[in-house]
Order: sequence, then structure tokens, then C-alpha cells
Amino acid sequence: MNSPLKRVAVACLLMFGLLMANVTYLGSVKAEGLRNDSRNVRMLFNRYNIDRGWITADNGKTTLAKTVDTGDKQFRFEREYPLGKPFTHVVGWFAPESASGIEAAMNRYLDGSHPDLVVRRAIDLVSGKPAKGASVDLTLNTKAQEVAYKDLAGTGKRGAVVALEPKTGKILAMVSVPSYDPNPLAKANKDTVNKAYNKLNKDDNKPLLNRAINLTFAPGSTFKTVTSAAYLSEDTSRDENTQVDAPDALPLPGTNISLPNYHGESCGGRATLVQALTISCNTPFAIMGMDVGYDKLKEQAEKFGVGQPLKIPMEVAPSDIGPDEGKAALAKTAIGQQSNQMTPLQMAMVAAGIANQGTVMKPYLVNKIMGPDGAEIDGTDPEELDEAVTPEVAGELTKMMISVVEHGTGGAARIPGITVAGKTGTAETLPGKPSHAWFISFAPVGDDPKVAVAVFVESGSAGNDATGGAVAAPIAHDVMQAVLGR
Amino acid sequence: MTAKRRGAQLGMLAFAVLIVMGAYASVGLGINGKVPSGMLGYGLGLGGLMLAAYLVLAKWAPWADPLLLPLVTLVNGIGLVMIYRIELAGEHLASAANQLMWTALGVVMFSATLIALRDHRVLQRFTYTAGFAGIALLVLPMLPFIGREINGARIWVGIGPFSIQPAEFAKLALVVFFAGYLVAKRDVLALAGRRLLFIDLPRARDLGPVLITWGISLGVLVMQKDLGSSLLLFGAFVAMLYVATQRTSWVLIGILLFVGGAFLAGQIFSHVEARFNIWLHAEDPALYDAGGGSFQLMQGMFAMGSGGILGTGLGQGYPYKVPLSFSDFIFTATGEELGLTGLMAILMVYALIVERGLRTALAARDPFTKLLAGGLSFILAWQIFIIVGGVTRLIPLTGLVTPFMSAGGSALLANWMLIALLVRMSDAARRPPPQAIQDEGLTQVMQR
Repeated sequence: MNSPLKRVAVACLLMFGLLMANVTYLGSVKAEGLRNDSRNVRMLFNRYNIDRGWITADNGKTTLAKTVDTGDKQFRFEREYPLGKPFTHVVGWFAPESASGIEAAMNRYLDGSHPDLVVRRAIDLVSGKPAKGASVDLTLNTKAQEVAYKDLAGTGKRGAVVALEPKTGKILAMVSVPSYDPNPLAKANKDTVNKAYNKLNKDDNKPLLNRAINLTFAPGSTFKTVTSAAYLSEDTSRDENTQVDAPDALPLPGTNISLPNYHGESCGGRATLVQALTISCNTPFAIMGMDVGYDKLKEQAEKFGVGQPLKIPMEVAPSDIGPDEGKAALAKTAIGQQSNQMTPLQMAMVAAGIANQGTVMKPYLVNKIMGPDGAEIDGTDPEELDEAVTPEVAGELTKMMISVVEHGTGGAARIPGITVAGKTGTAETLPGKPSHAWFISFAPVGDDPKVAVAVFVESGSAGNDATGGAVAAPIAHDVMQAVLGR
Repeated sequence: MTAKRRGAQLGMLAFAVLIVMGAYASVGLGINGKVPSGMLGYGLGLGGLMLAAYLVLAKWAPWADPLLLPLVTLVNGIGLVMIYRIELAGEHLASAANQLMWTALGVVMFSATLIALRDHRVLQRFTYTAGFAGIALLVLPMLPFIGREINGARIWVGIGPFSIQPAEFAKLALVVFFAGYLVAKRDVLALAGRRLLFIDLPRARDLGPVLITWGISLGVLVMQKDLGSSLLLFGAFVAMLYVATQRTSWVLIGILLFVGGAFLAGQIFSHVEARFNIWLHAEDPALYDAGGGSFQLMQGMFAMGSGGILGTGLGQGYPYKVPLSFSDFIFTATGEELGLTGLMAILMVYALIVERGLRTALAARDPFTKLLAGGLSFILAWQIFIIVGGVTRLIPLTGLVTPFMSAGGSALLANWMLIALLVRMSDAARRPPPQAIQDEGLTQVMQR
């Protein structure tokens, strides 16, 4: 009987082998999926059993998100956002089954599951203490952020403001309007959170979107800075005083339409670059764009960051100057009216690049990460994204943009005792629809620019007062002042 | 080969008790942040219990396999710890005290079996008695007055305040019956009948017992909706038939009968069909939400997935969120808190128990012992395969207890008895033979 017994033994071994293989498959390969299944209630409990790290700004001095120990057995730690609305789109929220903003992008640090924190986690496990996450300090300047929010929300319109530190790429302010209170979304109750979320999701004004980085818009005349950069870079003999054609209307090649200047204004047939930008004529820039050609214009835009994938650490929607559709289209692209689509962040990067002698820095939000014990684990080192233009070209562009603020459409951005450079933009959207208003600027001009701003006001109110100069420039002015501490 | 190895056994036993005490302590630390107050008493209780079992074994079965008792102690102890942990989480149906009491009774049963049964071959005389007893035990819950229905399954018999599951004991009785019967009839059963393709079919008239057993298994299934037990009995019988007759054709016939039976059952009984559906489409949301759907199975999978490689640690997970986490689903509960690593260790311990049992069968000197030891070892492995495979979605889920771990008195008593039989047989097999010539026990068996 021994040989069949041996076979039975092999069969038993096979059965155990199968069980072990299956358990291994479950515990390793399938584990991730099972762990994150929405029907797995553990996810929900675990979220509230972690003493989640805080989110701060101003080098830890201001708290944007904090963890409160409620003492509840099942949902012990709750999240609170003391400063609320102005910071919602950056900080995000930590809901029972989802998260957004920094809360989502930096989750592995905040909940302590990041490999950098593994030793610390092991200590927590052994000591039986609840796991403690790392804190994330943001680059935001809370004063500038609050000013930006107050001003933009005060216009009653939708829009976004982005402020950068030109030399580093630090994001000093990032505001999207309309905003909402994140606190109701952080409650440990799925049903109430879902109700609150659905209400926001159904809102026609789309408050859940961060307009600074999630959406792209026609940049209008602010794009003339990019066109000028391409034109100046093409030939080093050109400068702010180079004369260009500035007809009152420009017949577009291959079509029977001609391109007018804004409201049919006249720029006198010929103009210097600085004059053309100061009063924001359309025709000279359209001509420059056609001269430079699509490829060079696209290349110039890319050097400023257009189309380059960005994480700040949230994903940024890619900006784009649109496809090559021939000369007539190119003429309109050069003045930001064709199919160019830019995020407000991208336009802030253009201003910051010009301010920083032509070098565009990679924008970032995370200043540093502090471990649960308060020791710094990691900090962000500023990184160059690209050299958009030479320092000489940047100098010429700066002079042109100073003229815009001093003598042209951007007068509202002037700050006494500080030299400010800027460019307005009024982007026509659809026929009969009001325009978007833009303003990009930086200050102070010189070796140490402190702030570059892009203000975007979506499809302003009716008709003509929705120019960048009237609506957006005053907001940029206040934000710059806040950063400069004046 | 035939050293007594008593010292090694005592050492391993102490080690097993220590592991269990450590686990017990970590449950307390995980849940309340302090070592449970009853830990010393608990450890001493379990230690004393196992020491008693050891002393009985040393006195009445000195040559027995030294591994069996420590291994069983370990899985029994882990089961106790898990039940204690689930009880602490507020599961009213889980009672660590009850389980400890039943463990104690199990050890008493173990000792009593060893003391009363000096020679297991006595059982051969009771072949038919065991057979009738087994069938009677299966039918018992169906009788009025004493039969009880608990959780929708009428597989219980009430004795005063206690409920027992006679099927657990029927399992043992039927294995004894199969062993006795097959040893008596194996020559006849091994006769070849017709040849079909390249398989020698047995004679048609000898199919009788197989068909009867198949009928009984199906009967159990029909009457009690106890899928697990019928699958267990049928598989055990086919395996023993194969060992007795050495004919692969029996295995093939058994598989065919089983597939046919399963197909029939699936056609006739909605609950069998439902089990198959749950197994195939567990992740389907509609089935997940349906009453009696895949909710429990998926919850068990979530538990194991959340445990991952190392587990959450005792007291740190949510194993009690799975329905019946203290009985049918104790394996997934363990998986959540001890992880893949812990489950592998437990499966390894089970595999070792089975392997020691089969060694005993190989080393035994007479066919009845070989068949009985082989049958008992196989039924243990088969039961673990059915339940663990079921809760981990390897095979369709049928309700059975995880031996030594799940909450349940009857199963503990019956399985401790099973181990006592293996210990008794291994004592006989390892005892040096009186004659000087030592042979590996193959002297009396004609190898075909």
C-alpha cells in the first residue's frame, strides 16, 4: 500500500502548495487592489487612524490644515482647514474616499507611508502609537494669497491669480475663484461629504476646478510678450526701438478678412516695438508673428514652459499655442487670439522668466517637509526649467513692459517708488461673449525681482470694461504690494 | 528513527505555548496598549493543559511521533488568540473562554482515547458498528426534539445547554468504517473487469459500496445543505479506496461521480448554483449586494489584501468586519493581522501535521493501520483544503471549520480525537519490533 500512500502524500503536498500559492497571490499581487477597493471599509477607518501631518505656510508660521484628535474610537483624527476658502484649491481636502490638492499630491508624506518615513513608522508600530505623518510647508505667502482672493472674489467674476518668485519658482500665491469651504468635505461621514461634494460638482461655476492649473484659456495680448521675445531673439540687432509696420488694419493672407486693432484704434502705420506694446496694437505683432514663422514662435513658447509637463506637485494642464494652420491663423496666434490656450500659471511663468533675466524656473509649492519630530526631511531646491531668452532680450522686453505700466494700458499696476513691468490682455472669446481680462507683471525691475504675477478674469462682465488694464491690473497691483510688504 | 525524542517534544511544546502567549500579549497591546491582565493565568492554563497531554502521551504512547502534539498546540493556540481578539472587538458570538474550555475537553478526549485505546487495531472489529454509528450521527440532527437548527443549517444536536455537530464525529467513525471495510474487500475491489480505452474498469458488482457512499454524501447534502461535509466524506472515501486497491480507475470514477453529482446538485439546488456563481463572479457589484451573495467572501478577501505581506499586527486590523470571522472565516482574519507570512506559517504547520500522519501510515506494519492513518491524515488535509481554498476563493466556498482554529466545540473534540488516533498509531509504528531484524515495516505486505 505504500506507493499509493506516497501518491496521496504528493496529492496533499500539491493541495497545500496550491493553497500557499493562492494565499501568496492574494497577499502580494492582488493585495493593492483589495486594499483600495471602495467596498473595503478599512480604507475609511485607516484614514482616520493616522495622526496626519499638518500643512503650513510662511515657514511653518501659518497653519493651513491641521489634524484634530476627536477621541472617537473609529474616526479618531479629523482634518480642519482654519483659513478656508482662499487656500482651498492649493491645500485641497481630505475626504473619506478621496482627496485633492496638496492633500492628495503629498499624501504619502502626510500619512507617513512614504519610504522616507519608514523607520519612524516602524517605531510607531512597535510602540502602538497611532502613526504620525510628516508636515508639509508650502511656499505660499499667506498675505498675498488672501489679498489675491479678496480682490478677485470682490470682482464677482470667475478667475485665477498666480504669483511666483522669479528667481526660484516658488509659488507665492495661487488662487482660483469661485472657491468653497473645504471643511464640510473633510468630515468622517461619507453621506454628508458626498452630498456636499455633489452640490459643488453640479454648480455651473465649477468651483471644484483650480482655474490656475486645471484649465487653459486664450491669453489675448499678454501673448504679445512671447511673440516679441521670438522676434527679438531672431536677430540680435533688434531692440525696443526697432521700427515695425503698424497698419490700422491687416488683410490676412488667403482670406478676405482683415485684422483690426483693438476697437479700431490707430497705431500710425509705423511704430517702435515699445510703442506697439505700450498701446497694445494688434497689427505689428501679427506681422512679427508671420515673419518669425510658426516653428520659431512655438519653440519660443516651449522655452517659456508651454507644453512641458509640470507637477507642482499637482499635475498642471498642458498649455499649447495651437496647431500650424497657415499664415492667417499664425497672425492671430501671435496676438493670442487663435487657438492658443494657456493656464494662468503658464502666463505667470512668462512674466517670471522675463523678470529673471530670461531664465524660467520650475514652479513649485512645497517648501519643505518636516518629519513628525519636527526635523526637516526634505526641502525643494529651485530648478531651472529652461532659458527662454538671453539676458539682453529679457532686458529689452522688460523696458517695453515698464512702458506698458508707465505710459500704457497697465497704469493701474503702478506702485510708488517701485519700477513695475507688465502687460495687459483682453482676449475675445466667442462673438457676442465678453472677453477674458489678463494682466501679467513683475516687480521690482532689476537684479532682484521679488514677484511675478498673472491675473486672469474669466469672461468678465459685459462688453468693454473687461479689459486687462481695468479689471486685472489692480488685482496684480495689490498682490505685488503684499509680497513686497508695502 | 526510533528514538523517543521526548525531550525535543517537551521543548517544542514549551515553544508553541510561548508563541501563543506572545500573540496573546500583542493582542492586548494592539487593542488597549497594555499586556492583558489574564495573560499569565492564560499561559499557565494552556501550558498546564499541554503538559498534562504530554504526560499522558509519555506514559501511554512513549514512542509516538514527537511533532504532532506541539504542532496541534500551536494552531489551537493561534485559534484561541484570534477568537479572543475578535471577542475583544465586540463580537458577541465569539467566546475565548468557551473555546478554552472546549480545548481543555479536547485534551481530555485526547488523553482518554490514548488511555482507553491501547491497541487501535481493536477498531477493526467494530467496522460495521462504526459505519452505522457514522450514518446515525449524520442523521441525528434531522430527528425531532434533539435536532436543532442554528444559522439556517440543521446540523446540530442539542444536549441540555450545549449544541454539538455530530457530523464532526461521523467523519471519524466513517473513516474507521472505510478502513475496516476496504481492508476486508480490497482484493475483490482490485479485480479488473472490462477495459475501457486504457483503463481497467473494476467489476460492476463491486461498484456498490462506492455508489452507496456517494449516495450518502448526496443525501447529507440534500437533507442538511451541508456542502462541506458531503464533499469531505466523498473525497476521503475515494482517496482511501485508491490507497486500498491501488487502482487509478477508482479515482477517475470518483471524480466522474463527483462532477456528475456536483452538476446535478447545481441543477437541482439553488444554493449550490449560488455557490458556484459567487465563486465565479465574486467581484460583481450586483452579486456583492445580493442577500446571500459574495459579500462575505469579498470581505474576507479585503481582510487578507489589507493584511498584505506582514499583516497589520494583532489587534490592529478589522478582522471582525468579516461575518463569521471567528469560525468559518478565521483564516482570513488571521491573514489580515498576521499577513501572508503568518498564513504561510500556519499552512506549513498543517502540512507538517498531515505529513507526520502519512509517515505513520507508511511506517505502519499492517494494512488496516496504514489505511486508517492514511485516511485520517488525508481527511485532515482535505478539510483544510476545502475551507481554506473556499475562503481564499481558490475553490467555491462551502462551510467547514478550519481544524483546531475555528470556534466550535464539536470540531475541537473530534479533531483532538483524530490526533490521538494518529499518536496511538505512530506509537505502534515507531515502537521497535520485538524481533531483532529491523525492517521498515514492509515485511508483511506483498508489493504488487
